Order: sequence, then structure tokens, then C-alpha cells
Amino acid sequence: MDPRPLSSLTPGSKGVVASIQVPPAHRARMLEMGLLVGTPLEVIRFAPLGDPVEIRIRGYNLSLRRHEADLVLVREA
Amino acid sequence: MSTATSQRSFLAVLTGNPNCGKTTLFNALTGLRARVGNYAGVTVERKEGALLVSSRDQPVTILDLPGTYSLSPQSLDEQIARDILFQRLPEVAAPDLVLVVIDGSNLQRNLYYATQVIELGYPTFVALNMVDVARANGHEIDDRSLSAALGVPVFPMSASTGEGVKAFADAVKAHAARGTQRVIPREFSELPEDFGREAREIQGELSKLFPHRERLAAAEALLLLSDDQALQAHPDHYPAALQEKVRNARTRLEKSGTDWRSASIEGRYARAAAIEMAVITETGGPEETVSDRIDRVVTHQVWGPLIFVGILLALFVSIFWVAEIPKGWIEWLVGALAGWVSGAMPPGDLNDLLTNGVVAGVGSVVVFLPQICLLFLFISALEDSGYMARAAFLMDRVMSRVGLHGKSFIPMLSSFACAIPGIMATRTIETVQDRLVTILVAPLMSCSARLPVYTVLIAACIGGGAFVKGLTLTGMYLLGIVGALGMAWLFKKTLLKGEPPPLLLELPPYKRPLPSVILRHMWDRSSLFLRRAGTVILGINILLWFLATFPRDEGIGNRFEVERNQRIQAEHPGDTTPEAWAARRAALEGAEGEPGVLLEALRQLDREQAGEELRNSYAGRLGRLVEPVFRPLGFDWKMGIGIVASFAAREVFVSTMSVVYNVGAGDAGDEEGTSGLAERMKTERRADGTAVYTPVTGLTLMVFYVFAMQCVSTVAVVRRETNSWRWPLFQFAYMTALAWVLAFATRWIGIALGGG
Ligand SMILES: Nc1nc2c(ncn2[C@@H]2O[C@H](COP(=O)(O)OP(=O)(O)OP(=O)(O)O)[C@@H](O)[C@H]2O)c(=O)[nH]1
Repeated sequence: MDPRPLSSLTPGSKGVVASIQVPPAHRARMLEMGLLVGTPLEVIRFAPLGDPVEIRIRGYNLSLRRHEADLVLVREA
Repeated sequence: MSTATSQRSFLAVLTGNPNCGKTTLFNALTGLRARVGNYAGVTVERKEGALLVSSRDQPVTILDLPGTYSLSPQSLDEQIARDILFQRLPEVAAPDLVLVVIDGSNLQRNLYYATQVIELGYPTFVALNMVDVARANGHEIDDRSLSAALGVPVFPMSASTGEGVKAFADAVKAHAARGTQRVIPREFSELPEDFGREAREIQGELSKLFPHRERLAAAEALLLLSDDQALQAHPDHYPAALQEKVRNARTRLEKSGTDWRSASIEGRYARAAAIEMAVITETGGPEETVSDRIDRVVTHQVWGPLIFVGILLALFVSIFWVAEIPKGWIEWLVGALAGWVSGAMPPGDLNDLLTNGVVAGVGSVVVFLPQICLLFLFISALEDSGYMARAAFLMDRVMSRVGLHGKSFIPMLSSFACAIPGIMATRTIETVQDRLVTILVAPLMSCSARLPVYTVLIAACIGGGAFVKGLTLTGMYLLGIVGALGMAWLFKKTLLKGEPPPLLLELPPYKRPLPSVILRHMWDRSSLFLRRAGTVILGINILLWFLATFPRDEGIGNRFEVERNQRIQAEHPGDTTPEAWAARRAALEGAEGEPGVLLEALRQLDREQAGEELRNSYAGRLGRLVEPVFRPLGFDWKMGIGIVASFAAREVFVSTMSVVYNVGAGDAGDEEGTSGLAERMKTERRADGTAVYTPVTGLTLMVFYVFAMQCVSTVAVVRRETNSWRWPLFQFAYMTALAWVLAFATRWIGIALGGG
């Protein structure tokens, strides 16, 4: 299946990060938090107001905004 | 170095990711003797303390660094941690031992940071914390193989239960006694070959340039090569030739197709994942952890926001109800103290200064201590349990609407307690603009110093039961929130434009907070408030007492004395001597039951005399001087005195009004538990006999206090945090102007709706 933006996945779906298109300056911290190409992730939920999204990577829970989640492409498992 | 250690204290620094339990471990290691201060020039909290088990001749100091995710800092907090580890902070000596705390229930990401720190080449111990949580999740961690993989000693523990802490403390002590040992350099990141070659090249340069930091060179080279900002942040730190070399190396890597930004991060995570695989045995945990189940409710589409509002409401209602009980006791104590002081000394100015200036003034602020403690208790519990991160998660959308971060929510929520810790908490915000905007609007959140003002004004002006009063209070807090968000939006649109950086918010598992840690937190913060009551407010009260008492005009007192005596004589023609009048008054005051007409009239004359004297005093003159500014808001010169005085600190309003209205001994505590001041304010009348403290006046005053920047300490902190006078002065000006305009609007809307 073609990679899809993280923001378009439904809660409960799992996948692997295929590419990260966030501009370099903003990418560094994402990488350091463990969100790398090849990292398996699970979408946990969206906040009640629709943003941000909570995901589970590397055994912990992280939330990021749709704005960035749009730029993280995920290959669904 | 080994000779120097015997003279100075052995320094062990404690570092780790946020939420790994560092503070809990620090408290367990140092007991109650920690000192809290600041790093020079910034308000990053500096916590250090002596290791409890260390001996007098081999003292060990533990320094708690701010929690950090990596050595490439994104915020001021993280920068301080990095600078200390890289020995760039002159005020902190080179660490003798580094203690890295790892959250065992979140091993991979914690290992990412731990391996970075181990590579720095210091003697290092790993505190493998939260093993209880890991075990409950079905992860058994083999600390021996972890130690073998990392090449440093690993101590499994649960800082919150104390399990394993003693062994750790003893090991630190033993290490300090043994003195320096050679550290075998370690590298954890599995680097692409060309990247590794370039890094070694730069390492060689660094060793030549900074020979005293030679052992750090390998780690520093990695950071210089892969962190965009490492060079930029310290343009004068690195000579131009080196900067040039780093840039050339990056260009070469790009040409050969190696991403220099991610290469070392990916290499390190690969290693961290491999280590995790090797040391964890799955013992079969629950399908869903307790924390996940809680989160399903707490961040639920419907329940989440309801719980959020419920928590805020519970906070404000309990402040009004629960805190009333101890408040009554303190009021009684203050009243008793004032009575005792006034009885124990001959009457005169000194007596008056002590009872009306010192005891009543400071007492009227200390009375709010229970409410402030309760507020801090709530905030500390929300922080330590992990709920604060959820609140940021829920609120992020709202915050992003005004152009801010969910992270700005935490400083703003802390500002409910006090703007100072709130402004200090902005250190975790990554961009300068966002941080400034948060600083500018944080004092609009109603801090605990406004609480005494609201409480007194609500008690004096707003009728109805506890529900109406609670609602009014909640309304004031909401007004502050709306104001803060509105101004943030305005600032982001105009003054401080800028793309917000990505939000990356960790949602740590819920923890049952330790009562001892929460109480400690609460006490640290409340005692700051008390110290202020003890110093600033005491000083202002004494000054105010002088202003309110002098210059004396004996004529006023004599005139009223004559009038009172005529009244007595009119009722009791037999009383003709001063002794007889005094005795009559004493008898009336001493009588049981409701005061009679005569006594009421005499007391009214007392009050008129006090008012006349105040009017004539320096304070009265000052109040009348500023009255034109406040007259459009419907404030009289007495309120003017209160407002002017509270530009030093808001809670001074209460003590000032106590001085202004002469609420001293005897009046302070009464049966209903409402403060004597509010009762006194209720009886205040205008010349035409109507009440001064009407609901509209009360609301207008409160709205003014919601928005006005009346706190010298906040101005000072903003000055320090922004490193210039520009921002604090701008903040002072905009807030005061806003306060005046909105108070004016409140008054006229109130009058239009039929209020007085
Ligand atoms: N179950 C369990 N809880 C712990 C342990 N250590 C700490 N906690 C709890 O984890 C929470 C966070 O601990 P802190 O000590 O405040 O964490 P910190 O690393 O200082 O966090 P920051 O202040 O954000 O840097 C608190 O509620 C602690 O009681 C542990 O070993 N086991």
C-alpha cells in the first residue's frame, strides 16, 4: 500500500514511518524523540477538538499536531 | 584533580529525561536539606543538596539538572543542562560523577539520552528507575546485562518507594571516597563510515583547541556535525576555521548521500533498540495498562473536556469552602494577637502601629495562606500525576488558535498560583516569540495574590450564597483566561509574528504522586508567598501606617470629642465631667445585647473622625491626588490609596484597606467567619447615604485587578527573563491601560443594567 499521511489514519491503526517531510530545522527534535524512518507506530487517538494526535512509538506516548502529522508518511501494516 | 577533591566538595550531577523521576530521586538522596536557587542571569531553578549518607570529611554535593531529552537543546532548560555537562557554565565546577536517571518503563528513548551522556566520558552511574512500573507492564529488565552493554554500573530502583535508593547512595559515597578512576571511552552510535571519519577529524581539532575538555571532544564533534544549532548558538565559541571545517564536512557528506542531520540519531536509536531487546524479558503484561485505561476516559471526546472543567471548578469551589475553616482559625489568632498586643502596652502611637499597622496588616494577608496552600496543592498534584500533560493535550487546539503551543498552557496554568513560577516555566518553550508572548500574557491569569482581593470584594459587595460567590470568583478567573488568550492572539498577529515550531508533547504514564513530594512542593511555593507577606508587605504596611496617621491634626480629634460628649450629656444630663463621660462610654460598650441608639451614634462619630483624619493624612492626600484618574471608574480616594499601594503587590490592597478602615484589634475575627474588613466595607456609606461597595463597584474593582499589572516581583522577573527593560515596561503599560478601559466598560454596562 502507498504511504499515507499520519493525520489521515484512524485510531487503532498501525504502521511504519515511510518518510518525514518536515523541514530540516523542525525535524531534529522529532528524530531525537525517536520518530524516524522505519519506526513502527500506532495511532492512539485524536484530541477532542480534533488536534493534536496521540501516537505510540518505542514504548511511549507522544502527541503531535496535524500540521506535522500531515508531513509524516506512514505505510500501514 | 585527585588532590583538589579533598578540598572542595565532590560534585555529582543528576540528569535525565523529563518525568523519569529525577526530582523524586533527588529528594530521596538529599532529604530536606536541598537548597533552591537560580543560575546567574536566568531563572532556571538550581537545586542542590548534600548527599544524606555522605560524611563530613568527604562531602558529596548533588546537583539536579533540568530534565532534558537530548544534548542538542531546544529550550533554555535544556541548554543549562547541556552547558553544565560541557563545562561551559563558569559557576559550576566540572562534574566528578554523572548520575543518569533512566525510566525503566520507557527504556529506548531514555537510553538515547543516557548513551549520549555516557559518551561524554565522565565517570557515570545509571539509576534504572521505575522498575516497579516496568514490572507491572510485564517487562523484567536484566540490570547486569544492561550494565555490560553500557559499560557503567547500573542500579535498579523505585525512587518513589525508596527501593534500591540506599544501595545507590552508598555506591555514590564509595565512589567519592575512592577518588578518580580512568574511564574507558565509549561510543554507542552506529555511524555510517564517512560520517564517522568526519567526526573523528573534528574531534582531533577540538582536542587541540580545548585541551582541558579533551575527553568531551568525541561527543562534541558528533553534536557539531549533526546539530544545526550547535554552531549557530555559539558563534564566538568556535574559531572560524573550525566552523569552516564543520560546514565543509557537511557538504562532503551531503554529496555522498549521507544525511548528516539524522545519521547519528538513527545510529544511536538502532543501538538503543538493540540494547533494549537484549536486556528486557517479556513476562506478559496486561493487554492495556491502567494508565491507558485512565486515558481513555480523561482524554475522551466528551468526558475529557468535562473532567477538565470539573477539575477547575472543584479547585475554585474548594478554595472557597474548604479553606474557610482554617481561615477562621487564623483570623481568630490574628484578632487575639492584636488584642493581646494592644492590651499589653500603654495606648499611643507605638501601640497603634503594632496593632493596626503590623498585626492587622500582615494578618489580613496571612489569613489567605490556607487558600494559597490549597491552590499549590492542586497544581503540584496535577503536575506530578501526569495530568498537566493531558491538559496541554486537550487545550492545544485552543492554544494553537491564538498561535501558541499546548506547552504554553502549563506556564499559564501555573500562573494561577503565581506569575513568577509561570514565567519561569516558559523556559520549556522553544521559540523566542512564543516564549515572549506567553510571558506577556501570563500575568493576566488570576494569581493567588488576587485571591485575597477577590475574596474580600466578593464578601463585601456580592450578595447571595456560596454558589453565587463561587460563580463570581470563577467568572473572574475565566475573564483572566479569555483576556490572556485574546492578547496572545493579538500579539502573535502583530508584534511577535512567527511560525510555531512543531508540538512534540510526551504523555507520560499516570503516576500516583507521592504525598511527601507534593507537600514539599506546596510548602516551597507557599513559603515564598509567606516570605513576601513577611517582608515586602510588612514594609509597605509600616509605611502606610505612617502615611495614614500623619500629619496629625489635634483639632479634628478635639472637635469630635466635644460632639460625642454633648451627645452623652444630652441623654444623661447628670454626666458633666470628662471622667463621667468616659465611664458612661465604657459602661455602654460593656453592656450585653444589641447596642443602643446612643452607642450607635457614638460609634458613627468615631468612624467619621477616623475618616476625617485619614482624609487629612498624607495617604488621604495621595488618594485624592490620584482620585481624578479613578473617578470615571467610580472609585473614591480610599480605594485609590488601596490601588496605588497594590502596584507593589496586589494582596497589599487588603492590608491597605484594613489600615484605611481601621480594622484593628477586636474587629478582626467575628462569628460568621467573614473577615472584619468585608463587614466594615459593607457599612461604608457615601455622603448621600448609599452604600459604597455595591455589586457594580465590586465588579469594576475586580475587573481592574484581573487586568492590571500590579506586582513589582513580576516586573523584576520579566526583566531578568527577557534581559531588557523594554518588555516589562511594555507589559506594565498595556496591562494597566487594558485594566482601566475594561473597568470603565464594566461600570457603565453595570449601570446600564440597573446596578448602582
Ligand atoms: N511508580 C513509580 N513512580 C515514580 C518513581 N519515581 C518517580 N515516580 C513518580 O513519577 C512522577 C514524576 O516524578 P518526578 O520526580 O517529578 O519526575 P522528574 O523527572 O523530576 O520530572 P520533571 O520535573 O518533569 O523533570 C511523580 O509522581 C513520582 O512520584 C518510581 O520509581 N516508581
